[in-house]
Amino acid sequence: MTQMSMNWMRDPTAETTSVKRARLAPPPSLVGKTVGLFDIGKTRTDEFFNQVEMRLQERGIKTKRVGKPTNAKVATPENLAKISAEVDVVIIGLSD
Amino acid sequence: MAERLEAKHKGGTFLAARKIEFGDNADPAEVCFERGWSDGLPVTPPTDARVLRMLKGTTRNPDEIVGKIPPYLAPCTIEKVAINAVMAGCKPEYMPVLLAALEAALEPVFTLHGVLATTYFSGPVIIVNGPITKTIGMNSGINALGQGNRANMTIGRALNLIVRNVGGGKPGEADRATLGAPSKIGLCFAEDESDADWEPVSVARGFKRGASTVTLFQGHGVEAFVDQKSRTAEGLSKSFATHLVRMGHLRLTQSARAVVVLSPEHYRIYKEAGWGRREIEKALYEATTRPGREILAGTDGIGEGVPASRAGEMIPKFHDDGIVVVRAGGPAGLFSGVLPGWLAGRNKTELQLVTKEIK
Repeated sequence: MTQMSMNWMRDPTAETTSVKRARLAPPPSLVGKTVGLFDIGKTRTDEFFNQVEMRLQERGIKTKRVGKPTNAKVATPENLAKISAEVDVVIIGLSD
Repeated sequence: MAERLEAKHKGGTFLAARKIEFGDNADPAEVCFERGWSDGLPVTPPTDARVLRMLKGTTRNPDEIVGKIPPYLAPCTIEKVAINAVMAGCKPEYMPVLLAALEAALEPVFTLHGVLATTYFSGPVIIVNGPITKTIGMNSGINALGQGNRANMTIGRALNLIVRNVGGGKPGEADRATLGAPSKIGLCFAEDESDADWEPVSVARGFKRGASTVTLFQGHGVEAFVDQKSRTAEGLSKSFATHLVRMGHLRLTQSARAVVVLSPEHYRIYKEAGWGRREIEKALYEATTRPGREILAGTDGIGEGVPASRAGEMIPKFHDDGIVVVRAGGPAGLFSGVLPGWLAGRNKTELQLVTKEIK
């Protein structure tokens, strides 16, 4: 019996072992929290978020409109850092 | 034999990418599938000999970083480009085209992250101009947008494999396309520059005639446009417009660009009228500009459309630089192609076509 030899190829990937970060646990309640409504830059965001905002406010939950200027580009780290300082949780809505 | 010896002695020290080992009983093509390196079609396994051979297609150093590849912004070396080029089936002489295409795709106004992540159909469409198209044997003629030509088929595929493998962009993860399109595997073709009267897209975009370039467009396709009866430049332009206004939806406006792939038989009608690129693109823009009252939201029970407040306006379908004509195709057939653009470009400056010289 011949010993099995090893062959190899070269890795086409970025060779980054993905280390999944644990998600933050959702808060037990939204009372006293500020919910960010994140506008990704689509045309009908207002229609959608007006409804969401109304529902949240009926429940006494504070909201704040945040977002990025266009859906064609990703949010900048600075923008995300600013938003995370201003709100406790975020809702991102797709609204065409 | 010489290549195998070179790979044996040089590969280990010259190449930086980590080795992925597999046993004699494993089929290397299957290993590539299992590791998630494929777009769904078989890839050529990137052995040391093949990667070294591919690197001979460029004078650039293997460890040079070309840029960061979205979505996860991983740095991409020339060596990683070569590995993915091997997998896509490229020949070494395609490397300069692929590298120019990658650099074009990484220009911020190409918005490669968005093109990958969008729910829309789009992917990077690559149009190649200049003498390199002859050198590497690209097809701009019969079936230019179809199968059968190695350079056409593999250069676009290699670019998308780089996004998948180096950038980490995969369908169902960062790629959120509702339906996608076959062109997301790769869509690359050469422009027909055989007519000296025609201004190639590279020249229209500021490069010298005779320069080799890539032009990248956020699009998909191809849609068929048929007109076998119009015989005047004006009539053919209006006819084209009846198709172009339907892009996405008849009533959508001011949101996109389109590449019109003009066939030789349709081009002949324009040429006989003395029309060139400027005249054709201007006529198509004007013929796709419509009275708002014809495309109002809500009429006939159709929700899409413009608000009633715009009824009195003339509203263009495209941006004023939004229709780009490229010549390609076989000699017979009064058909042309339309490659629709990504509908995200509501602001004309935020995403644009990008042209780079191939060096």
